[in-house]
Amino acid sequence: MGAGSGGEQAGGPGGADSLASQEAAQQRRTGDSVTRRSTGLAEGDEPSDDELLDEPLSVWRLAMRRFFRRKLGVLGLAIVTLLALVALTAPIIAPYDPIQQLDRVEGTDVARRDAPSAEHLLGLDSNARDQLSRIIYGARLSLPLGVSIVLAAIIVGASIGAIAGFFGGWLDTILMRLMDVILGFPALVLAIAIAYVLGNAIQNVLIAVAVVTLPQYARVMRASVLSIKEVDFVAASEALGASSWRMLRTRILPNALTPLIVLGTLGIAGAILEAAALSFLGLGAQPPTPEWGSMLAQEYTLIRTYPHLVIYPGLAIMVTVLGFNLLGDGLRDALDPSLNE
Amino acid sequence: MIGYALKRISTAIPVLFGVVVAVFLLPRVVGGDPCRSVLGPRATAASCQQFAEANGLDQPVLQQFLTYIGNIFRGDFGESIKFSRPVMEVLFERLPLTAELALSALLLAIAVGIPLGVAAARWHNSPVDVATMAFANVGVSMPIFWLGLMLSYLFAVVLGDTWLALPPTGRFSAGLSPQPFYEVWGWTITDTSVGGGLLRFMSRFAIFNTVVSGQWTELKDALQHLVLPTVALSTIPMAVIARMTRSSLLDVLGQDYVRTAAAKGARQPRVIRRHALRNALLPVVTIIGLQLGALLGGAVLTETIFSLAGIGTALFDAIDTRDFPIVQGFTLFIASTYVVVNLLVDLSYGYLDPRVRLQ
Repeated sequence: MGAGSGGEQAGGPGGADSLASQEAAQQRRTGDSVTRRSTGLAEGDEPSDDELLDEPLSVWRLAMRRFFRRKLGVLGLAIVTLLALVALTAPIIAPYDPIQQLDRVEGTDVARRDAPSAEHLLGLDSNARDQLSRIIYGARLSLPLGVSIVLAAIIVGASIGAIAGFFGGWLDTILMRLMDVILGFPALVLAIAIAYVLGNAIQNVLIAVAVVTLPQYARVMRASVLSIKEVDFVAASEALGASSWRMLRTRILPNALTPLIVLGTLGIAGAILEAAALSFLGLGAQPPTPEWGSMLAQEYTLIRTYPHLVIYPGLAIMVTVLGFNLLGDGLRDALDPSLNE
Repeated sequence: MIGYALKRISTAIPVLFGVVVAVFLLPRVVGGDPCRSVLGPRATAASCQQFAEANGLDQPVLQQFLTYIGNIFRGDFGESIKFSRPVMEVLFERLPLTAELALSALLLAIAVGIPLGVAAARWHNSPVDVATMAFANVGVSMPIFWLGLMLSYLFAVVLGDTWLALPPTGRFSAGLSPQPFYEVWGWTITDTSVGGGLLRFMSRFAIFNTVVSGQWTELKDALQHLVLPTVALSTIPMAVIARMTRSSLLDVLGQDYVRTAAAKGARQPRVIRRHALRNALLPVVTIIGLQLGALLGGAVLTETIFSLAGIGTALFDAIDTRDFPIVQGFTLFIASTYVVVNLLVDLSYGYLDPRVRLQ
């Protein structure tokens, strides 16, 4: 794959390729260790020869180089790009209407739950709808949903964390205790409760999963703010009379961006998984919307007789989640080399 | 250590209190009329008045909250609307199955995850490592409800006629219901006594019950029914534990004291076993505690897929039928279990690693 030519042997001491990815799950919950270390300079990797000889590179260019050197991250990017393309072009590439019941169309001889065939590559579902088209349209729902959940959680969570870290005192205590209470519930159980309270609809899934996941962004942001508040250049801006808001915006936010990007990408994977679980339990997208989790929910009792109705929607969820996980791990390796020591 | 313990406990108390408040507010946020959702949409105003008085709903919210807390401390979680029985009774009826499932999944995750992680670190960058990391990546990306379905398809349908066949649903095969162990032992218990209740509770742990009473056919059946849900539920924790063990051990193996041990002539297995692993497992302990949340949430999905009557399906059914006392009681129970277990994990972590106490 597109690994930089000649850069391979310089992949870093101790095979840094996959080392940094492991702590993903822990940090998804605890959050803070990413930041605490990421404020250091990007110095973990041995620079390759051309990096030393070329003219100096910006941090982002360096990060890109590091990213494209790792196969798994690139694989993740490829999967995510492909899925995004599928979602964008769904009306063009989907062979059938995802909601049309094909056995009611004149001149067709298809039946409900037909097994995969040349005309219907993934077969028909219990309402004689083309499953491939439904899965393609499902990407149009799950991808934006996962991204919006994370965006919502980051905006709210990071604001809470920034306020808590920046102002400290009782505000900090109250806000962070509130975050602890959210973390006190097993994520899915709380998401179920919230989605239920709000009623069965896809936008309520968004709120439920965003609420459940926002503490991790709050914690990361708060840790970022706390660690940067003490650094000299921030003290200098303060001495120069910069307003709180200006310091937050120009000094603190850019420094907290890296961990938020990494955590957010991994968060999309988690959000898609959790949203699918809620839909599977009947709390999310409602039929006939083509959504992977609710497709599974409608057909799963038929697994013994019509396995194709269960295999493919689940596979779609797994591949999507895997893509974002790999991409997130790759970004972490690239943006946060201090984790690779 | 005592100071650390007190400090850690004092942070858990506000969290528990917040959980209670959240659970108390849950049905009050839903809106709608609690009376008509319980008594039916056509309940009269008079009967609603009666309902509100009987349930204390006519009192100020703060009063209701204090009553609620008082009741919780007395172990009274209210009465299920659907079953017309105390929530606690339903909880204790459903708990053994979920506990058995979650514990066996956790054990499997640890028993496989840690050795996998150790092997991956020991043979770093080898095919073993690559395979473990591939498994870990796929494992954390797996929708467990789908994995459960795939497993039951594989073992109940594809391999259905071979010796590998496993039952896809339920806790026992049809027609097989083991006797409670106390009956096998010839004990008679009175319905109301605490001891009787405890015995009945114990007898609902299918494996424990069949082992102590020697019902071997039933034991084999119970174990067979447990395999697929356990495997499905353990996949994510297993992947997370394997990843964490690997990274933590790699970290420790790079430290000076490990190099010293190797320089003094200790062989690799001994270095890992005697020197590195103990320190490397500390962060793994924390991760294991956090996995409990995944297990409790996953239990709802796993029990649905495998038609098991545990607290997960009970909670979900209650949500479906608007049985609020059950939803409240069960959510409260699950959340406080989670908080307490993580507290215990942190305490043990502080005990094992003095550095943690001083932070």
